[in-house]
Amino acid sequence: MLGSGILKGLGVTAKNFVGSYHDPARMVTQEYPDTPAKLPEAYRNFPFLVTENATDPMGTLRCVACQICEKECPPQCIYIEKSKDKKPDAAGKPQLYPAVFAIDTAVCMSCQLCVEVCPFDAIKMDHVFEVAATNRFEGLLLNREQLAKPNEYFHQIRPAEAAEVDGRLTAERKAAEEKARAAAAAKAAAPAKPAAPAATPAPKPAEGGAAP
Amino acid sequence: MNLETLPLQLRDWIVSLFPGALQWFVHHLLSITAILTVFGLFFAFTTIAERKLLARLQNRLGPNRSGLPWFRSLKLWGLTQPFADAIKAITKEDVVPAAADKVLHFLAPVVIVAFSLLGFAVLPFGRHLIPVELDAAILYFFAAGTATELAIFMAGWGSRNKYSLLAAMRALAQLISYELPLILSVVPVILVVGTLSTSEIALAQGGWTWGFLPHWHVFTPWGFAGFVIFLVAALAESNRSPFDLPEAESELIAGHLTEYSGFKYALFFMAEYFGLTALSGLGVTLFLGGWQAPFAFLEFIPSWLWFMGKLAGMIVFFIWIRGTLLRLRIDQLTRLAWKFLVPLALLNLGNAAFWALTAGWSGPLVLVRWGISAAIVIVPFLILGRRLSAGYASRTYRYAA
Repeated sequence: MLGSGILKGLGVTAKNFVGSYHDPARMVTQEYPDTPAKLPEAYRNFPFLVTENATDPMGTLRCVACQICEKECPPQCIYIEKSKDKKPDAAGKPQLYPAVFAIDTAVCMSCQLCVEVCPFDAIKMDHVFEVAATNRFEGLLLNREQLAKPNEYFHQIRPAEAAEVDGRLTAERKAAEEKARAAAAAKAAAPAKPAAPAATPAPKPAEGGAAP
Repeated sequence: MNLETLPLQLRDWIVSLFPGALQWFVHHLLSITAILTVFGLFFAFTTIAERKLLARLQNRLGPNRSGLPWFRSLKLWGLTQPFADAIKAITKEDVVPAAADKVLHFLAPVVIVAFSLLGFAVLPFGRHLIPVELDAAILYFFAAGTATELAIFMAGWGSRNKYSLLAAMRALAQLISYELPLILSVVPVILVVGTLSTSEIALAQGGWTWGFLPHWHVFTPWGFAGFVIFLVAALAESNRSPFDLPEAESELIAGHLTEYSGFKYALFFMAEYFGLTALSGLGVTLFLGGWQAPFAFLEFIPSWLWFMGKLAGMIVFFIWIRGTLLRLRIDQLTRLAWKFLVPLALLNLGNAAFWALTAGWSGPLVLVRWGISAAIVIVPFLILGRRLSAGYASRTYRYAA
């Protein structure tokens, strides 16, 4: 009958009207400045440097200044200077660290290539989008102090990826520890001979076990 | 204090403060001021109510941020939004095209607001509350309301813009098409009540059948059909969705308003809402019992509150329609008017004549009267409706559920 569709449509909108008052799941609006915006986990904007310890960010940067990201960066917005000395990393191994690590966010296009190439999980994509500066040169050039953010923050913004990275890193460190222990044991067992024959087969099974 | 006559007492008190020679002038000035204030505010809050309701009908929140200056913690549910909108419209640059006819371009928004306000003069807002008591009130109402079409063409012509001119012509085609069903839907009421005076029509709808069914015209077969036709035609006449194609926001720039900016643009919208409110007021008067209370025990509420309540109800219904229906194409629009509404309205006129002739029937004949009258409405509706939708199978959606 003519008009029945109109009545049906009026019913739908009436249901919306009533539902919008008691069913928050219907509402699509995010009241953004009042409540923080809900971003999808995979949202990415500008990289940040992961530090192991929030109390000593500069001392526990995962970055070892290998400069792969600097070379890969398509718009060349990363600038790294290697340190002269070495500091022990989380696994206790002496590593170089970035004396200067700067990203020009005016140039960065958030392509995530630096994250893809980093072998140390030291650089990750951030969730920031409320970025503003009063000076477009120094204001947008972020140094390592501004870029460093603790691992807990990484867990906050990307729980799934951070858990995966942490699992991998602890497995690697455990493997490295076991390897060191095995090497030490081999050294103790055969003080005359070098530890090489005993140590070389050890990492193979250990790494195979860590990968999955 | 008597709430029923409170506005009149207030007016008489203010009038008595002035010297005798000026009193007739102050008397009329006060009526005009009251209409401008009440319906100006009504317009302002209709806009915010419309935006909020539309939002809720679409599962959104609607405007809720504008508060008060200096009291920024008070949000007031965004109710001050219309005043912010007004300030914005006033402070905007008023652009007049170099080639435009300056006089017509300036006059069009003024004329349209003036004519759309004229209709309020003859609406009975309460038992004793009618600005101008006219014998030919309905004739006057439609004469004043139709004059806004002139202003629309002034706007289109004065802009010296092809799009504006074409849109103004489209708007005129629509308005003139729907003028006919609008007036034809009103004629049955005049025929049955036998007067053109709005206050007498409202008065004639007093009383209850069996103590609970009010004698409103909408509760008779011819009145119900007339009311529905009136609703559809009023929607089209006030350029509202689903008949808002003269200035379809999402498709055209703004139709005949293309060359208007700032407060002149706002004036056109003000006129549109005034026209809608006046038509709703007429609909309330003619079909929904005017200022009459629906039940006898509710008569302690002043009649002007009943009128405003029914008026607000009509406006909310129009907003509900806007939030639901899609915009019609121009051919669908005119087809609906000429092939459906006009024949139905003409038949309904005959129906009202039958109703007026059989007013003396009593006993079981009342049922026969209702049956025949309902059949005159329903049978043509079904036949015409089937013919109107003939050839259109129900749509199947391939991707949407």
